[in-house]
Amino acid sequence: MSALTLTDLIYRWPRQPAPCLDIPHFEIAAGERVFLRGPSGGGKSTLLAVLGGVALPNSGTVTLLGERLDTLSSRARDRFRADHIGFIFQQFNLLPWLSALDNVLLPCTFSARRAARAGDARATAEQLLTHLDLAPGLWHQPAAELSVGQQQRVAAARALIGKPEIVLADEPTSALDAPRQQRFIDLLLAETRAAGAALLFVSHDDRLAAHFDRRVTLAEINRASTETAA
Amino acid sequence: MKAVLVLALKSAWARRLTLGITLVAVALAAALLLAVERVRHDARANFSQSISGVDLVVGPRGGATQLMMYAVFHTGTATQNMRWDSFEALATHPAVAWAVPLSLGDSHRGFPVVGTTPDYFLHRRPAVSPAPTFSAGRPFAGTVDGVFEAVLGSAVAQELGYRIGDRITLSHGMEALGPEHADKPFTVVGILAPTGTPVDRTVHVSLEAITAIHLDWAGGAPLSGLNIPAEQVRKFDLAPKEITALLVGLKSRSDVFRLQRHINAYRGEALMAVLPGVALDELWQTLSTVENSLIAISALVVLVGLAGLTATLLAGLNERRRELAILRSLGAGPGEVFLMLVAEGLVVTVLGVTLGVVLMAVGIVLLAPMTLTHFGIHLQMRPPSANEFALLLSIIGTGLAASLVPGWRAWRMSLADGLTPRN
Repeated sequence: MSALTLTDLIYRWPRQPAPCLDIPHFEIAAGERVFLRGPSGGGKSTLLAVLGGVALPNSGTVTLLGERLDTLSSRARDRFRADHIGFIFQQFNLLPWLSALDNVLLPCTFSARRAARAGDARATAEQLLTHLDLAPGLWHQPAAELSVGQQQRVAAARALIGKPEIVLADEPTSALDAPRQQRFIDLLLAETRAAGAALLFVSHDDRLAAHFDRRVTLAEINRASTETAA
Repeated sequence: MKAVLVLALKSAWARRLTLGITLVAVALAAALLLAVERVRHDARANFSQSISGVDLVVGPRGGATQLMMYAVFHTGTATQNMRWDSFEALATHPAVAWAVPLSLGDSHRGFPVVGTTPDYFLHRRPAVSPAPTFSAGRPFAGTVDGVFEAVLGSAVAQELGYRIGDRITLSHGMEALGPEHADKPFTVVGILAPTGTPVDRTVHVSLEAITAIHLDWAGGAPLSGLNIPAEQVRKFDLAPKEITALLVGLKSRSDVFRLQRHINAYRGEALMAVLPGVALDELWQTLSTVENSLIAISALVVLVGLAGLTATLLAGLNERRRELAILRSLGAGPGEVFLMLVAEGLVVTVLGVTLGVVLMAVGIVLLAPMTLTHFGIHLQMRPPSANEFALLLSIIGTGLAASLVPGWRAWRMSLADGLTPRN
């Protein structure tokens, strides 16, 4: 079963005649780790919003784990997102007033399924943070006091806890300096593999694409012109 | 949903400074509204209690309210006196059960002094308790031998730390530092139990004592060159010639209008009889505009406080866009985002109102002695009345309504922003 399939997808921003996304077909297999390259403002964030069930396409189908996301109620889409998808953004991923550990545990409070799959959630969170190289001394600090690199690793741990089938990452390394970028990607790929999750990693930076199972450019899958802002 | 509420509280705690200031504003507004309502209610209850048992208040012709104020509450001053023979004539009227004369105008360290007869202690009482009972001592003797004896209201004794046997001197007039009757000290012979009425803050002496301390006075000042020592006052005729007012109880209340007409038409001098209940009603009538304005102003202050709450929540929303987007990405629906904002506003309102109740309680403790001295209003510490509860609930209801606006905006924002807020 594929993790994620888009068919004949059209997405148009309100009051804009031209579609921003026009994707005839795009698919990611279960456990597959895909690097999607696209220029800044090329509709990447919009694509992630559609995949996360936050934005609805004007036409076409969005199928995640065999479930038609575009026909679910908004409440069910929110539920689905909580249960099956982990997100990592460019920066400011964390609730600044929660500790690093509590941030990692957040998905388990929103999704009973992920709480169940995490087992001993606290131990799992600590394990993930250890694997992602965050020193135990930082676990109980408020997220606001961590460096950007540390915050991104906490965000990765949060996206992976409870073994969601799909992880969507939106330029998660853009706020890191070059040596740390590759290190972060290696950690993320390793942990995604360990969790058995499919990963869609979106970035404008081709240099990061090395270790992924597959590399795609947005232009290859999206027929819409990329002039419209995302 | 519980998880969302816990997060809402943690998030609010992170912004505790701004929210705390808003909370204090709500608390002050609530305390103000409650205090106005409490003072209004207690003033009425207290005044009604103070006049209970008294069927008519009689004094020289003048303002009915003014007569009531000085005869019953011992505030304000009488401009005229009435003759003793008028009192005697009224006291023996067949419809009258009892009549207590009052002679006002002196004070002891700010507490009013009332010259009266021992009957006072039988008839001057609040509805809830029988005659003011003595917590210590006895009534003043009312005889020539016991002329310099005083009975203190409970608050006088408590605040000034007096006990039976202590010696006190009176001042002329209501100023604490008026010309002293220092040459004629009084002995405390009795202390009354608390009544919750102006009696508590009054010093009681006999009418003869009032005459005695003014023997060597004329026109409100000591006569120069004349000094009558205390031990010699017995040689003089101490029978009162004038009093300030009298309180009347009737044998049958149905006689009240008849006696009132009789007194108002009294030929001996220009007198006036006032039904204290009617006079109070007139007083409240006059004051109702003031009361209503005060309530309206307080209600406006509450609205301003809650508008501040709305403004704070709305202003906070912009810097929280990121936070809301993160919660959305974790599976929170727009409804839960809405709930977070409303819960925050509601918690601030409820805590503010609670703090307001505490503030008012503290205010009552601090201000009660002052309001009793100056206005004769006995403010009580007690749980909120049904009326006050209704006010509290309406504040909370308004706070809820005030939180719906930011809640609705957060809902719209979280839908428009999706997972990545555009700045």
